[in-house]
Amino acid sequence: MAIDSVTLAILKGRLEQIADEMDATLFRSAFNPIIAEAHDASHGIYDAVTGETLVQGKSGLPIFVGVMAFAVKAVIDKAARQGGVHEGDVWIFNDPYDGGTHLSDFRLVKPVFRDGKVFCYLASVGHWHDVGGNVPGNYNPAATECFQEGMLIPPVKLYDRGEFRQDVVDILSANSRLPMSLYGDLNGQINALELGEKRMSSLLDEYSDATVGECLVELKARAAQMMRARIAELPSGTVSAEDFLDNDGIIDDPLKIALDLTIENDRMVLDFTRSSPACVGPVNISRSTAIAACYVALKHIFGDVPANAGVLEPVEFRIAEDSLLSVKAPKPVGGYTETILRLIDVVFQAVAQIAPKEAMACAYGTINALSLAGHRENGQRWVMFSFFGGGHGAHAGGDGLNHGNAPISTATIPPLEILEAAYPVRFTQWALRPDSGGPGEFRGGLGAVYEIELLEKRADVFLFGERGKFAPAGVVGGRKAAANRFWFEQADGFHEPPMASKIVGIHIDRGQKLRLETPGGGGYGDPFVREPEFVARDVRLGFVSPEAARCEYGVVLTDDGAVDSAETDNLRSIEAAE
Amino acid sequence: MMKPAYVIGVDVGGTFTDVFILDEANGTVTTAKVPSTRGDQSKGFVEGIARNVADFGLISTVVHGTTVGTNALLERNGARTGIITTQGFRDVLEMRRRDRPTTWGLKGSFTPVVERPDRVEVEERVLSDGSVLQAVKEEDVKAQARALADAGCEAVCVFFINGYANNDNEKTAVEAVRSVWPNAYVTAATEILPEIREFERLSTATLNAYLQPVVSSYLDRLETGLAEKGFSGDILIVQSNGGVMSIDTAKRYPVRTALSGPAAGVIAATQIARAAGFDNIISCDMGGTSFDVSLVADGTAALAAQTAIDFGMVVRTPMIEITTIGAGGGSIASVDKSGLLQVGPESAGSDPGPVSYGLGNDRPTVTDANVVLGRINPDRPIGGKLARLVIEDARRAIEIHIADPLGLSIEDAAEAILKLANAKMAGAIRLVSIEKGHDPAKFAAMPFGGGGALHTGALIKEVGLGSALVPRFPGVTSALGCVVADMRHDRVQTINHLLDQIDAAELGREMEGVADDTEKLLAGTGVAFAAVDRIYEFDMLYLGQTHTVSVPVTIARSGLTREAIRSAFEAAYKEAYGRLLEGIPMRVMNYRIAVIGRRPQLDMAVFAPTAGKPEQDCRIGRRSIFCDGTWHEAVVYERLELEVGAEISGPALLEQSDTTIFIDPGLMGRVDAFGNLVIERRNTANG
Repeated sequence: MAIDSVTLAILKGRLEQIADEMDATLFRSAFNPIIAEAHDASHGIYDAVTGETLVQGKSGLPIFVGVMAFAVKAVIDKAARQGGVHEGDVWIFNDPYDGGTHLSDFRLVKPVFRDGKVFCYLASVGHWHDVGGNVPGNYNPAATECFQEGMLIPPVKLYDRGEFRQDVVDILSANSRLPMSLYGDLNGQINALELGEKRMSSLLDEYSDATVGECLVELKARAAQMMRARIAELPSGTVSAEDFLDNDGIIDDPLKIALDLTIENDRMVLDFTRSSPACVGPVNISRSTAIAACYVALKHIFGDVPANAGVLEPVEFRIAEDSLLSVKAPKPVGGYTETILRLIDVVFQAVAQIAPKEAMACAYGTINALSLAGHRENGQRWVMFSFFGGGHGAHAGGDGLNHGNAPISTATIPPLEILEAAYPVRFTQWALRPDSGGPGEFRGGLGAVYEIELLEKRADVFLFGERGKFAPAGVVGGRKAAANRFWFEQADGFHEPPMASKIVGIHIDRGQKLRLETPGGGGYGDPFVREPEFVARDVRLGFVSPEAARCEYGVVLTDDGAVDSAETDNLRSIEAAE
Repeated sequence: MMKPAYVIGVDVGGTFTDVFILDEANGTVTTAKVPSTRGDQSKGFVEGIARNVADFGLISTVVHGTTVGTNALLERNGARTGIITTQGFRDVLEMRRRDRPTTWGLKGSFTPVVERPDRVEVEERVLSDGSVLQAVKEEDVKAQARALADAGCEAVCVFFINGYANNDNEKTAVEAVRSVWPNAYVTAATEILPEIREFERLSTATLNAYLQPVVSSYLDRLETGLAEKGFSGDILIVQSNGGVMSIDTAKRYPVRTALSGPAAGVIAATQIARAAGFDNIISCDMGGTSFDVSLVADGTAALAAQTAIDFGMVVRTPMIEITTIGAGGGSIASVDKSGLLQVGPESAGSDPGPVSYGLGNDRPTVTDANVVLGRINPDRPIGGKLARLVIEDARRAIEIHIADPLGLSIEDAAEAILKLANAKMAGAIRLVSIEKGHDPAKFAAMPFGGGGALHTGALIKEVGLGSALVPRFPGVTSALGCVVADMRHDRVQTINHLLDQIDAAELGREMEGVADDTEKLLAGTGVAFAAVDRIYEFDMLYLGQTHTVSVPVTIARSGLTREAIRSAFEAAYKEAYGRLLEGIPMRVMNYRIAVIGRRPQLDMAVFAPTAGKPEQDCRIGRRSIFCDGTWHEAVVYERLELEVGAEISGPALLEQSDTTIFIDPGLMGRVDAFGNLVIERRNTANG
């Protein structure tokens, strides 16, 4: 008998609540700010046989929504080769080529047993502060093999039939610069899984295994049905979009991400085969990561599709083997965030051509992983590691958000007062960046300017960023945003890195500064039809300079900032005639 | 009869102003409901009292739960405000914590209450250790202040980076501003919140400045209006933390009234329940668009450290923790593209409201489902705005939008809507109870607001709550809360040192000193207290963490010790996470002090029905109600006429002007000594 629709709706809510509660448990108890503040973690419930995503928490990092299924499958396969899973087992690993993203993301996978059989898996993933390798914080733009990025742990047992394996933790701790942080995060992830198992068991007791099992099957089928309905509304045919990464950090050549998107009735084909081959530096990604990124893009556009494996059923992926988007070990993958952001950008740009109302222009498109590391006067090591914000793309309903978080995350930025209290740095600026939003009928959101002065004797600086050469694109006639800029101060003044937004291990001394200017979001629609009053307001707020108002928007202002209608009409008609 | 001595609670809502009048001399209670006067709430306020009290000279105290501040924030009609801040940081307010309104979809927007040209900078800098890198120049500040005033700003907020560690620069600047500012509306960020985290401190302080002219002038009008009638007593204002403050304090710190109205409701629920013998309750306020729940454990309402009034509008002051979900009477039911039933978050509100209101909405709501299933009497709509509800239209809407797509009968479809709405409400209750480690079986649901009492039975079953307690006058709960609320003041100060580096004895003396000063504030109001309590807490964490645990401590007569702090932290941490982390140093982030002046208890027996009738004499009809897939005959009662001790078996409906109570089949209700209706499972009630 099919499950009734009311029980289904209720169980959906209950299951999501369990995943959400697991997220919340880890956020609260985690040690490192990347999890606690930036929410770079995720939890969910996965299929007992295939590992497919059944239910995912709402508050975790969106990119993990798709990728965790591959992680659970990796454990299922490994366990099958080693005599199966047992009650009380918990597996741990970070292998990016086998269901991972990059080495910083440690996954814990725990089977939930009912009557001696696996009913489902629970999994927890979190971004640890430091997992060894050449660079503190693990964003190593110079890596050419994963071995330079950190320790690689294949799926191994953290708990064996309920018994905690301290030896495994000892190995992990010995390979981290920040073992205390690792220990705290690991404990938080264990807490989350234990809580999830407890909640899952009481739900199964309440509703029966059979009913919940049916519900999970049905939810997946419904998600697929919904996605098909969404795709069927789009015009059939093929559209294409291309975008580029600045470089791979080793060789200063752009890397192409090309998408040919085809709609065939209720099916969608995402063909990336025209993209660049695998690169030497760390911006490769695995196939599972590429698929997960597309899922994130689609879910941003079609917000009501549920978070389970059914959504991808009507979507076919064409990705060339051993390419930039489907890499094999040991090619480095540490900078995967930059590549998936670009992947999302091309999906946005392609969809804008067939669904302009739903579309958004590209967001700022780089996480700007900045790490400063040094030793205090007492010899104690410090590592400040943070991601920075930028503008969101404009859309048919309005301007983009100023200083938002990346589409792949829901991260908040740590307060600068917390950073100043924890590390020997002083921010001298923390501000919106004028003229950084892409011009359009609707303007892209503004990026930011962050300026940091070192207060200790010396620090090593690492930056892993992008969009230094290829700025975030606009859609539907909107223009691109300002590109990412980074400067570091030396005795002879400020310098920009040769690889634009990537740099490894330069030193700065006490009193010297770093300056990061992040991109805004792309514009939407023709800037020359933007309401002149909106442009005047942007100028009054200092979001747009008077020069840009004239050149980019064709709006002329009087000395007191009002719209000069005659001059504006004149300028706009000349432009239209050309 | 003795000469009356009145204490009056007034809660001004969007539609009605509720007045609760307690005659302390004679122990009697009167309630009144008058229409709220939009534009100037003080008119309806004074009018509501005047209807029942001839001589304002007999009123000793008026306690007020106000939504003036809340509305000004939601409608963004606070005063034009300027910000004077550290050079390089004028955009902190607009940059927030780099978040976005929704996880999925990147279409959010944010407009700060202070626009960029009104956020100006001066040269000054304090470092995180409290040392002054650059002193502020008074002349710079004065020039900026004059420029802001000239530009038309009515209020100003002074906020400097790291002011929590040392506010010398900020104090100097505030004095400089005050020397040139044309009015009293000058807010110092560290006076509002001397706590680390620049955005949260600035946002709270800015909203305080933004509200000050609006709330102050309202309170001035209120004082004048009452004085003109001959009132010469005290006016107290309910704060978001559930305590009251003097009217002068409210004028200085209006941001503390952000959740004044809802907080009063929770306080009333707490006291009604305590009198009835329930120390653990979950208050459920169901309105047109939302369902608000709060948890009261051991007689104390849970407090949250901060809330967001809207995206990016963060207020960080202790406030009653209210969890809101989008499931109210006006929440719209629909079937999505995957064929899954949905209820909310989209809402028809109260205008046009449910289909059955006949005001133009044609999509079915939760209220429509209640009407179709016989739970709501279509000829006696609550609130008194409409004459009757159109049941036929509600049926048709459910048929078209839900029953047909799902292949169900209209009744089954309507019941499905209620089940899903109840499941969502149950989810909110789980969030505040099970997820915080409380056993729901030990809690009673207390519904107030118009619609809650229709759903409490289902919540008992769904979440496994022990019982439900429906107060005698669910509609005027907040006004009652005003009368019984304690006076409370909260203080916070960031310390941010490792426990091992702290001089605990000195810290303890400092905290006691702050508490002494705060207590003087209570004494200055002239209000009589039964007792004054102090609560000391630390926000603590292990070195390396960023989220703190709230650690209650007592300061012994012999003074505070590190050992006492350590063991208090370990107890709190273990409670929260189950395991301690060995060998990791502990950090003390903030101390928090609450000083509470306990107001004399109100004897809730004043609510008891004096001339109640036996159950069989209160029956006013029968109605068919649909429940668990079949029709039942339910007896309908006039609720307020029931005598103490009356027992009623479900299914039954109890009607009164401000709410309808549904007792599900299998449950039973009993009128307790205070006029509350206690609903329990039938076997429990018998046993």
